[in-house]
Amino acid sequence: MQKHRIIVVGNGMVGHRYLEELVDKADLSQYEVIVFGAEPREAYDRVHLSSYFSHHTAAELSLVKPGFYEKHGIKLFLNEAVKRIDRAQQVIETNQGQTLPYDTLVLATGSYPWVPNIAGSAHHECFVYRTIEDLKAIREAAKQGKSGVVVGGGLLGLEAAGALKALGLETHVIEFAPVLMAEQLDRQGGEMLRRKIESLGVTVHTSKNTREIAHYQGKQGHHQLRFADDSVLDVDLVVFSTGIRPQDTLARYSDLPIAERGGVEVNDYCLTADEHIYAIGECAAWHGRFFGLVAPGYKMAQVAVDHLLGNDNAFTGADMSAKLKLLGVEVGSIGDAQGRTPESLSYVYQDDAAGIYKKIVVSSDGSKLLGAVLVGDTTDYGNLLQLKLNDMPLPAHPDTLILPAHAGVKPTLGVDALPDTAQICSCFDVTKGRIAQAVAAGCHTVAAIKAETKAGTGCGGCVPLISQVLNAELSRQGIEVKNHLCEHFAFSRQELFHLVKVGQLKTFEEVLSKHGHGYGCEVCKPTVGSILASCWGEYVLKAAHTPLQDTNDTFLGNMQKDGTYSVIPRMPGGEVTPEGLMEVAAVARDYQLYTKITGAQRIGLFGAHKDDLPTIWDRLIKAGFETGHAYAKSLRMVKTCVGSTWCRFGVQDSVGLGVELEHRYKGIRSPHKMKFGVSGCTRECAEAQGKDVGIIATDKGWNLYVCGNGGMKPRHADLLAADLDKETLIRYVDRFLMFYVRTADKLQRTASWLDNLEGGLDYLKSVIIDDKLGIGAELEQEMDAIRSQYHCEWQETLGDEQQKLRFRHFINSAQPDPLVQFVGERQQHRPAKPEERIPTYNISLEEPV
Amino acid sequence: MSWTDICAVNDIIPGTGVCALLGQRQVAVFRPYADEQLFALDNIDPFYQASVLSRGILADLQGELYITSPLKKQHFRLKDGVCLENADFSVAAYAVRVTNGRIELKEPV
Repeated sequence: MQKHRIIVVGNGMVGHRYLEELVDKADLSQYEVIVFGAEPREAYDRVHLSSYFSHHTAAELSLVKPGFYEKHGIKLFLNEAVKRIDRAQQVIETNQGQTLPYDTLVLATGSYPWVPNIAGSAHHECFVYRTIEDLKAIREAAKQGKSGVVVGGGLLGLEAAGALKALGLETHVIEFAPVLMAEQLDRQGGEMLRRKIESLGVTVHTSKNTREIAHYQGKQGHHQLRFADDSVLDVDLVVFSTGIRPQDTLARYSDLPIAERGGVEVNDYCLTADEHIYAIGECAAWHGRFFGLVAPGYKMAQVAVDHLLGNDNAFTGADMSAKLKLLGVEVGSIGDAQGRTPESLSYVYQDDAAGIYKKIVVSSDGSKLLGAVLVGDTTDYGNLLQLKLNDMPLPAHPDTLILPAHAGVKPTLGVDALPDTAQICSCFDVTKGRIAQAVAAGCHTVAAIKAETKAGTGCGGCVPLISQVLNAELSRQGIEVKNHLCEHFAFSRQELFHLVKVGQLKTFEEVLSKHGHGYGCEVCKPTVGSILASCWGEYVLKAAHTPLQDTNDTFLGNMQKDGTYSVIPRMPGGEVTPEGLMEVAAVARDYQLYTKITGAQRIGLFGAHKDDLPTIWDRLIKAGFETGHAYAKSLRMVKTCVGSTWCRFGVQDSVGLGVELEHRYKGIRSPHKMKFGVSGCTRECAEAQGKDVGIIATDKGWNLYVCGNGGMKPRHADLLAADLDKETLIRYVDRFLMFYVRTADKLQRTASWLDNLEGGLDYLKSVIIDDKLGIGAELEQEMDAIRSQYHCEWQETLGDEQQKLRFRHFINSAQPDPLVQFVGERQQHRPAKPEERIPTYNISLEEPV
Repeated sequence: MSWTDICAVNDIIPGTGVCALLGQRQVAVFRPYADEQLFALDNIDPFYQASVLSRGILADLQGELYITSPLKKQHFRLKDGVCLENADFSVAAYAVRVTNGRIELKEPV
């Protein structure tokens, strides 16, 4: 059967979402999907474009999972625009001369920046702000100059101003209207925003009508903006951000009906006047109106796919509320922000000291919320938006909704009050009902809900709300969430940590008798053992602690499937001397150990008999090595690239820092193992962004990434802070690690810890960087205390004759374990499988003596 | 079958186990508490055919004592060797006693 061919024109955010929806919902064996993108790269996150300057790369902005197109057999042509549609023949023609027939055509061509017709605005150093190519051009121009101006003080204009600021330019913003962000804010809100932005060093000029731009050659400030009031401004660089217009040229040429203010006209199913052509995103106009936000575009993508597949769904308009962070200032706008509804009433809260302005607009009878403005603090945004979207009744005193927490009267919007149809996640259009369904189906953590419904995986703004819905649903459905450690302790790991610390408890016996019952088990013993080690740093093999440890800790090596152990000495940052290497080789040869470079830039020796471990380690320690903690739930290693000492590209000494960090944090017991990485430049050869703590050198210092993971469920690390000096970097890492050690669940890696942390990355930043909880100094002291306890566990063990006896295989015989046997493989050996073993003279499992 | 002397009770750290050679068998001897109460099971993990059970963590589940295999965490009941996860993989239990502070084992008949 001939496949149904879908051609998608445009590979922006909405075009890509269409493909994701299609892949998710359709049987792709029935469709042939071809995509054309005019830009040179795959779909990327335009909303966070300004982060391209603040330490992100084009690859990080990409929205496309590696291998997405190949995996689903989608053909993508980049740098190729569709220039003509023959609707009668159902054929398109591209600017590269391809002609292709289609069954369904999807227009997702987005918008273009509109530049007013001002004399001089066409100069090649007048830029717009829309694509990565635009940003690259701005960055190049910024290298030559000292100052820049953004014409346009709307949302995008302020984003662009943030970008100029990040490039180190003296930054100006010109706005025609008397207030900034006139679309979203009222006058007072705009004023507050202006004050905050100016305090950051951006000069704001409002009520300015730019009449002309004059250009001079070869001197600083060679562009002069001349305003209607005869004032002037000299700058080196001009960026226009004066609005967008739908990119509907292709549709115009194809005689598709176009709305009066631009945009291809579409119906509720995103279908144009031609039943074979859909239009979605900013190029589409619904009821004569186009939407310059990404959420409505995503909804259109979903509707268009559903309509194609015959599913019930419709586009019914969009809410234009928005919450964002501009130049570091939080701004939120909901519904009728200016109070234009006749007879509407307003409540205002203003705190000049903290730079906070909040306003709500309510109906004349005070029963319904119509709109809101939030500047400087958007914590109320989620609640207010739900009140507005779901038309919910307001409390008797609506002003309590925006009073600060210290006023003590804040009504919580019970999520119970939300209808099932309430949209919780606007990025992925996930309703409260859908989340409730997921909870009923067994998703009992925020991370599980994210995985099941995608809610909270877009901008992440709704995660606190998801967590509220989760808790409400769990208690409503009578599901008891037990994060109890096990049957012996009715506490979570975090609670136990606190009890141990506060109660100064030093042994498992004490912890059990005070806070638990019974004997203990393989879950609580190692967990408590790890907590005790994290708190007090005692030798893990003290007689009182030995029964708590997993075998890896008991014998200070990783047990392999045949009962032998691995031997992995520490090689900090991957460094090892030739002499050290020779001794490792000699040990491996003498004890017949299988030798392999591990995934962690060090050498692993495998197949060591338990009996041999003490003598093996004795030799390694004499050669200057120490334990590598490859067996422990603690820092494993710091992976480094060669860095600026040798590499032509390196900008900082990554090995030096890696070695220092590895020594600083080695041996500290944590809820799970931890891996670090340090890269000497943005090429990132140490793959630091896949590590629990990843550090990448910049021209100005170090960028600190946290909570990355490789393994079963890879997670890209998040940028915690940028351009840090070493002292600050280490302070943040100290705080981060102790905070994780204190609060994570048992065996929880940093990645899933962060995914489940209420408030997410922003909260983590506020704890680590802003010290919101006031525990920063305490965390650093705890880290210092625990670091001062460090001893090489192997050295300590070898110093104790009693300990060495424990390593004998038999308590009553000196012979080694006869079941440990090897067979040759690739010039080395591997454990014999049970059926390959040769019965030995003194062991017969069948016959007793 | 006679009793075989193995080692002193105090050679075992309370809360842990050791592996003993009894004739040609490998036997795990466990000392869950600081007293002289002992248990003995075959030391070989039946899932991996590796001699490791003495190196597991002792646990009580619903009031009964088990040893947890250090390889894949299956539980074997100390009093009779029954495997909690799959009774087909149970291990043999041995008679054990203490005489004058010395541990003695006897092979099963």
